[in-house]
Amino acid sequence: MMVLRESIIMKIHYGTAIGALFLTVIHIMMRLTQDFHESLQYENVIANYESVGYALLLELLLILISVHGFNGLRVILLEMNQGPTYEKVVTYGCLAAMAGLITYGSRTIIMTSMGMV
Amino acid sequence: MVTIHPKLSNELSQTVVSSTKSVKLKIKRSNPNVNSDEKFDEFVVPIEKWTTVLDSLLDVKSYLDHSVGIRYSCRQASCGSCGMKINGKLGLACFTKISELDSDTVTVEPMDNYPVVRDLVVNFDRMINNHKKIMPYVIREDSEIDAESGVREFLQSPKNVEKYIQFSNCIKCGLCNSACPTMAMDKSFVGPQALAQAYRYIADDRDKGKNKRLKIIDESHGIWRCHFAGSCSQVCPKGVDPAMGIQLLRGYLLGIRD
Ligand code: HEM
Ligand code: SF4
Ligand code: FES
Repeated sequence: MMVLRESIIMKIHYGTAIGALFLTVIHIMMRLTQDFHESLQYENVIANYESVGYALLLELLLILISVHGFNGLRVILLEMNQGPTYEKVVTYGCLAAMAGLITYGSRTIIMTSMGMV
Repeated sequence: MVTIHPKLSNELSQTVVSSTKSVKLKIKRSNPNVNSDEKFDEFVVPIEKWTTVLDSLLDVKSYLDHSVGIRYSCRQASCGSCGMKINGKLGLACFTKISELDSDTVTVEPMDNYPVVRDLVVNFDRMINNHKKIMPYVIREDSEIDAESGVREFLQSPKNVEKYIQFSNCIKCGLCNSACPTMAMDKSFVGPQALAQAYRYIADDRDKGKNKRLKIIDESHGIWRCHFAGSCSQVCPKGVDPAMGIQLLRGYLLGIRD
């Protein structure tokens, strides 16, 4: 079943992996701008979300890891079992789960950054 | 039951005994066409420094049990018929000397990742079909046999031969596909043997079928299901290095070589 050529999907897979690695490093480095413990306190976490730059970083990280992670899961599942119906279910199931996670995560990021919690 | 070779048994001591050493050869027996039973039969066979696993198996067939199912032809690592698991490791029976195994017991089993036909013989349909799928021949519009100019040759420089010659040593023994962990999991995976041959023809400058072949291997059970285990290259008796062929092919698909 062909949604995209497999080489394009794998380019996305490697691209999102490298992107996620890079953003995760920034994300962790941000914990070090102050005492680690302090950086995880409720007010500071909320303040982070309210800064547009950081909220964008989180959103991007969410998208990259969801795309990479669910494609990774698709790859694993395609090797566990085979068959046209199974493959369709796996591909669309992973796409749906990917979209679902991105939607739910975005909702959290947007609501928090807009001060709705 | 252990069956002892006549050359080694006392009752036949009048025969000329040239061997001083012997090993226990354990052969996995099964016949899935009849039932699902599997067992090991044990034979004690004489060996010399030069005795190969295939020699011993043929010795068993000649003197002890004619019914052992094996496939072989060339006895010199050229035909690719005699791949099997020898003391747990994949190899050609005709290319594995017993003296080099450094063991008193030699256990032979059919290769993994193939259906067993009988005893040590496995069914190669999957490998042959995947090999055919990648179009293992030079693809181009013109021909070496031409109505006007007669017979000519597609010339190739030694430098261009170097680019693929290693991959053309494949004897289709199937050991690489048997060692591959993805082959074990994914029954639709094209496999290292076919992928190495896709590279062999794409890297051949007489061939013009690159795009066709890349399209065939660029699908959900194609080249991307290789995860660099490298076991294919470790077991290849001809030094083909399919794992490297796969990485070189990936270079085309990732656009980092042309
Ligand atoms: C969320 C769960 C994740 C899953 C299920 C997953 C799955 C996978 C899989 C199956 C591959 C192998 C692709 C292949 O060889 O065909 C892979 C590769 C890779 N992943 Fe992930 N991954 C996950 C998260 C991450 C994260 C969070 C990072 C980095 C921040 C990451 C970085 C990488 C890198 C660098 C590769 C390339 C290496 C390779 O292809 O073997 N992955 N991932
Ligand atoms: S690549 Fe090597 S191991 Fe694989 S079939 Fe060819 S000769 Fe055998
Ligand atoms: S008998 Fe031909 S490769 Fe072993």
